[in-house]
Amino acid sequence: MNVFGFLGQMFAIALALLLAPLLTGWVNQCRAWLQNRSAPPLLQPYYMLHKLFLKDVVLAHGASPLFRFAPFVVFGCMVLACAIIPTLSTDLPLAPAADTIALVGVFGLARIFIALAAMDVGTSFGTLGGRREMLIGFLAEPALLMVIFTTAMISQSTSVATIVETLAHRDFIIYPSLAFAGIAFTFVSFAENARVPVDNPATHLELTMIHEAMILEYSGRHLALIEWAASLKLYAYSCLGLALFFPWGIAEGDSFLGLLLAIPVLAIKLAIGGALLAGIETINAKVRIFRAPEFLGTAFLFAVLGLLVRLLLEGRV
Amino acid sequence: MNLAVPLSSQLINLFASVILLLAFAMLAQRRVLALINLFALQGLTLALSTLVVAVTTGQTHLYWSAGLTLVLKALLLPWILHRLVRRLEVKGDVESLIKVPTTMLVGIALVIIAFNVALPISQLSNTISRGTLGIALATVMLAFLMMITRSKAIPQVVGFLAMENGLFLAATSATYGMPMVVELGIALDVLVGAIILGVFFFQIREQFDSLDIRHLEKLKER
Repeated sequence: MNVFGFLGQMFAIALALLLAPLLTGWVNQCRAWLQNRSAPPLLQPYYMLHKLFLKDVVLAHGASPLFRFAPFVVFGCMVLACAIIPTLSTDLPLAPAADTIALVGVFGLARIFIALAAMDVGTSFGTLGGRREMLIGFLAEPALLMVIFTTAMISQSTSVATIVETLAHRDFIIYPSLAFAGIAFTFVSFAENARVPVDNPATHLELTMIHEAMILEYSGRHLALIEWAASLKLYAYSCLGLALFFPWGIAEGDSFLGLLLAIPVLAIKLAIGGALLAGIETINAKVRIFRAPEFLGTAFLFAVLGLLVRLLLEGRV
Repeated sequence: MNLAVPLSSQLINLFASVILLLAFAMLAQRRVLALINLFALQGLTLALSTLVVAVTTGQTHLYWSAGLTLVLKALLLPWILHRLVRRLEVKGDVESLIKVPTTMLVGIALVIIAFNVALPISQLSNTISRGTLGIALATVMLAFLMMITRSKAIPQVVGFLAMENGLFLAATSATYGMPMVVELGIALDVLVGAIILGVFFFQIREQFDSLDIRHLEKLKER
């Protein structure tokens, strides 16, 4: 570990914190355009965060310390996730802290805390949201793990940085298994980020809501942290998808020029990804909550297929 | 690591995987028209994969079979099926005897079996596309599964045609295709089969006012 790597790591985290609300704003703007609505300003999430940080916190009577503690844990988990996933460079001093399996665990920890906090106050909406979140989570996690195992088998390592290095900086090889894994990952990231086929991110008013039902009781800076963490989660999933399936452009090692070049490449990739996400959300209808297991089951099956194809086609040469 | 694999072999593997993916998509698909479109896409992928094998190995008859596949399976048969659906006024969802997620799980088990069965066979072969034999076998079995689980006539025919796709892929991957005469014969068989089955559809509907094959299980007069 050298000073340059450390600075690069700090820069990547700062960039994640700054860019994440922008990505959310961009997706919202694309969605509004595609649905013939007048779009909110691109910087709207920042205004929201600013407003919420200035407001006072209103706590429910029955709220335990866990309720106040949870937003910080969730936010911390998401920052750690953004630190592990290589966004600009594969030279990450923090990368040995957690491999991809631990990364799934970090997401799981955040999920458990937010679901517990939702149940803590004891409103029926919170409990309902927490239960649904755990249902989605327990179906999405194995699928995500299978996707990660497929990529880990290709690069023979579970460290994200090593996986990206293998995929981006060796000879170009077409991996059919990655096509399956990519589809499965897309399904999982839609479910995990409370996007349309599973959950609608734009409503507080539906009985079918999942994410919004959990955070109904939060206000002020707690809500700001949770909103920011949700943006960071979307950013982290986008970056993980880009890193695993479109890794070209991420700098290798500690070259300053590569790092500089990686920033606009990342911005372009995120912009295209966000527009695609908005497009997919627009052409799909939200499925019934009881169809969500089928949706995620399909994701799991595709991930397993990816693993099988990897074993059959690419394993022995 | 497999760094020495030539690009053509990678492309063939990719196309074979797409065919498997489409077979699963067909298994999960609930609507008739989307099912036919998926079948057309599978035919197109098959033609592309055959074309890659032809270019790599320089076997002239494979160009012919790629062209034949494209015309027959990606254009003509889907067109006939679309026409049938329009004429029969079939609407709405395809009924499945087993629930779709269960079907998918059975499908995964079939893929595992097919891969294991094909592994020793493909090691005997020395073609560049031998790895895809397992996928071809899996496609055949998934199409079989679709024929078994669907109760309506049109999805069963699509399953039958998809099975032929799998057989064709198997022939191409294991032995660089069958002799031209055999291939022409099979193509003609499939085409005539589809047309005769189309006539059958009208007869079935005339008799039972429905395209549900389960009516055919009763052999007695009503």
